[in-house]
Amino acid sequence: MSVAVVGAAESELGVTGKTIMELQTQAITGALADAGLSLADVDGLATAGVSRFSATQVADYLGIRPAWTDSTFAGGSAFEMYVARAAQAIEAGQCTTVLISYGSNQRSARSRSLAGVLEPHTPETEFESPYGPLYPISYYAMAAQRYLHAHGAKREDLAEVAVAAREWALLNPRAYRYEAGPLTVDDVLASPMVSSPLTVADCCLVTDGGGAIILTSLERARDLRRPPVVVLGYGEATTNTGMASAGDLLEPGSIMSGRRAYAMAGLGPQDVDVAQLYDSFTITVLLTLEGLGFCGPGEAGDFVRRRALPYNTNGGGLSYCHPGMYGLLLLVEAVRQLRGECGPRQVDGAQVALAHGTGGILSTHATVLLGVDR
Amino acid sequence: MTPWWEATREGRLLLQRCEGCGHLQHYPRALCTGCGGTDLGWQESAGRGAVDSFTVVHRSPSPEHAPPYVVARVRLDEGPILLTNLVGDADWHCDQRVRLAWRTLDDGRRLPVFEQE
Ligand SMILES: [Zn+2]
Repeated sequence: MSVAVVGAAESELGVTGKTIMELQTQAITGALADAGLSLADVDGLATAGVSRFSATQVADYLGIRPAWTDSTFAGGSAFEMYVARAAQAIEAGQCTTVLISYGSNQRSARSRSLAGVLEPHTPETEFESPYGPLYPISYYAMAAQRYLHAHGAKREDLAEVAVAAREWALLNPRAYRYEAGPLTVDDVLASPMVSSPLTVADCCLVTDGGGAIILTSLERARDLRRPPVVVLGYGEATTNTGMASAGDLLEPGSIMSGRRAYAMAGLGPQDVDVAQLYDSFTITVLLTLEGLGFCGPGEAGDFVRRRALPYNTNGGGLSYCHPGMYGLLLLVEAVRQLRGECGPRQVDGAQVALAHGTGGILSTHATVLLGVDR
Repeated sequence: MTPWWEATREGRLLLQRCEGCGHLQHYPRALCTGCGGTDLGWQESAGRGAVDSFTVVHRSPSPEHAPPYVVARVRLDEGPILLTNLVGDADWHCDQRVRLAWRTLDDGRRLPVFEQE
């Protein structure tokens, strides 16, 4: 693989009072400064969640006319997919320098709805919304209920994921819960139930936030100011939009997206030093750890309790930031870990990082493996 | 009004059946997800199945839903899975046997829900 990440930045996070474009701009200018590049260098652009013409909209706002864009909409996994598409575009010679960006002011704008976004023409609106599922949490709740039943697991196994996320957040000054103090399993269990067995504390935050990364060829990356973070492999899987479509709630697309990424990189789960896993809900982490082969089916609760792998080292969507779609911030933290910039939360000697995005209701999955330049 | 919804007025739960390969599916589509064929008919479900999973919803997504209520995936004995509600008092658990019941909508259509067998 011959493409590298050369710049990464967050925008303001939390409750910002900023617009989507202002947050995008903060992240984009931050990532360009980090890379030592300017807007004039950017000839590829990928983004989502801005408008119907998301990449076009951001290109207009920035005053650039890119040779390549992508606005594939796949929820929180889109940004991991953009890394794959960007690597392909750069390797194919369609563009040289890709900016991937995201920004959301969902907290400040109060734009989040418990029912999700219902589009009248979809089968889900006709056949599923009459039953009143919360979107997306009720789907994850059913996956969690099935998980507890199939594996004899307990709500404590779910809660431990939120506890572990908080431990990392207490090491990250940018985390929304940085000053919130430790979380206990009992706190999670006593938190108000939203869609059983998931409580408020089993759910990710609702915050503003954004981020950006810059990719270019590895050859060029070696001349830039930051140590290159090499794209080692990627894989995707797209499975369902309906809540009744998946035959087995415990076999999410992460199984296949992970296998595809590992195969491309010539690596396996044992080679991963640090992982950034989309933690929309606590159950998402248990299913993803198992799907990506870090442990066997039903073993993730114990795996998390043993703190067997450093993952979600920024505090994750549960305790750091969750701006509607969190996928880009997974990549930012993976890059920083491989550059050794993470201070008290740094995983010593991290050589290989995995970022796994999950979109919708376990609908879309994309796994990216990143590594230091050897 | 599709035949599927029309049948609910008579208390019949239809599954779409592929005339080419016999595959049964829900929700109704213009093609068979088993073989890609487009010659499709209907088969009435016996209305028996098992709870694949469920969740008790404690916050309402809209005024017509008053929590708490139970959203579930029910796996019909014929194979297809439906998103539905579980109704009646029960200590719900996965794999529990359930049978078809109906909730009448304002326009006379009926919504298939399930109760403990
Ligand atoms: Zn067929």
